[in-house]
Amino acid sequence: MRKKLFSSNIYPSEITSRTLFDSRRRWLQGSVASLSALAMPEKIVHSREDSKFPAPIDANKSKFSSDEEQTSYADVTRYNNFYEFGTGKEDPFEQAYRLKTEGWRIQVIGDVMRPKTFDMDDILRLAPVEERIYRLRCVEAWSMVIPWVGFPLAKLLNAVQPTGNARFVEFISLYDIEQMPGQKSPVLRWPYTEGLRIDEAMNPLTLLTLGLYGEILPNQNGAPVRIVVPWKYGFKSAKSIVTIRLTEKQPASSWNLANPNEYGFYSNVNPNVSHPRWSQRRERRIGEFLKRDTLMFNGYSEWVADLYRDLDLNKYF
Amino acid sequence: MTYSARAPRSPRNKKRLNIPLIWLASSIPIVILAVRAITNKLSANPIEFISQYTGWWTLVFLMLTLSVSPIRSIFNMPLIFPLRRTLGLVTFFYSLFHFLSWLVLDQYFHWTEILLDLTERPFIYFGFTAFAGLLILAITSINRIKMIVGPMRWRQLHKVVYVIAILGVIHFFILVKRDITEPLIFAALLFILLGYRLFLFIQKTRHKT
Repeated sequence: MRKKLFSSNIYPSEITSRTLFDSRRRWLQGSVASLSALAMPEKIVHSREDSKFPAPIDANKSKFSSDEEQTSYADVTRYNNFYEFGTGKEDPFEQAYRLKTEGWRIQVIGDVMRPKTFDMDDILRLAPVEERIYRLRCVEAWSMVIPWVGFPLAKLLNAVQPTGNARFVEFISLYDIEQMPGQKSPVLRWPYTEGLRIDEAMNPLTLLTLGLYGEILPNQNGAPVRIVVPWKYGFKSAKSIVTIRLTEKQPASSWNLANPNEYGFYSNVNPNVSHPRWSQRRERRIGEFLKRDTLMFNGYSEWVADLYRDLDLNKYF
Repeated sequence: MTYSARAPRSPRNKKRLNIPLIWLASSIPIVILAVRAITNKLSANPIEFISQYTGWWTLVFLMLTLSVSPIRSIFNMPLIFPLRRTLGLVTFFYSLFHFLSWLVLDQYFHWTEILLDLTERPFIYFGFTAFAGLLILAITSINRIKMIVGPMRWRQLHKVVYVIAILGVIHFFILVKRDITEPLIFAALLFILLGYRLFLFIQKTRHKT
């Protein structure tokens, strides 16, 4: 379905103005019938039909959402680091049609009372979805503002009841060379794994993410289910997750294994700890010319600084 | 030198390298970049795109420059000798664009950040040193200055291009995040180009002893 959309060379954001987008959202929320859609060219209506969000999105603005100007849909869906589809920025956009998300299952195992395998319907039943407009800061010193759709990961974790041993959460992404041709290259350890401390995972900012811009997640953005951890560098937010494992030991992560001196387990956005290749003091917001100052914890200190009160952030970068 | 000494030219020998045409052909990547800029096809991160694009072409022209002498001697093509100077200057101009993309587009004259970049980022100081080297070679390629330097010293000085090439490839190697395919290709090319010269040098010294 996405494939058809791509080959048509028309991307929703390129032809969707702000007003249209807003009307689309109302339409998705079911409050307005497809009257407005009738006025649009057939192709676009098709793509919407395919990608509309399956559940109503809570219309209340989240207190965690940013008011900043959002990065265009085109840039959010064309400029991605998703090495499973290639190391080029536009490789995911071109290759991600290979990913099959139908019948997706996500198993939650490890130190939990009720291990369970969820399908996407089960996931959607866990909690109402809401929109969260988050800053995304990549370790490569660029950033975006993205309206994600999802609910706190804590809702899922609470459903499986972590035991007292569960100190960390490991996220394991899909491993399938047919669907993810980038995995033919040993550029990272496959499957892609990431991890969080349990208190980080339970933080209300940590979002189990199912969509963006009011649509189900495009494949290149980590469909059908990913996490978003907005105060950490982007690579910490694992995409296309198939397994979530709660563990007592700190899990290994692909980037940390690739280069432990450059990519720490924590990888909190921190302008004071530089990377050998990128000064982290400043960042370029996609769509802007001048760089802006990078904020501690990507501007989310208010909600997460307490997590690291007793941690030397220079050592545990 | 070889062909200018060839006194009376028969019509067949009249073939000369069309240097302006070489310049024109060498500017094609810049024209493509300009077209992409006008048509808004520089990706979501145009500054990164321009920087990587000009850097890549700098390395390509550097490799082409270093290929002139081996090709000339292996295939006995004295005609292409002037290419070495032309392609060397083309390399310099691409490196200048690349340097300016960092100074102007990326840092926008933010001098404290530029200084910190130079001291903190290994890939920046490798790249900067290589650029400074190319600048010196370009300046000393102006005929007047070339005469002042003197032919012997000039030839010695311009051997620095080998060091510049090594620095340039290291610069590319350490700046990529994880996928080192392209830096490896450049490193292999450079290995062949410098290896050939080393081979000639060893042969020459052997003959002497």
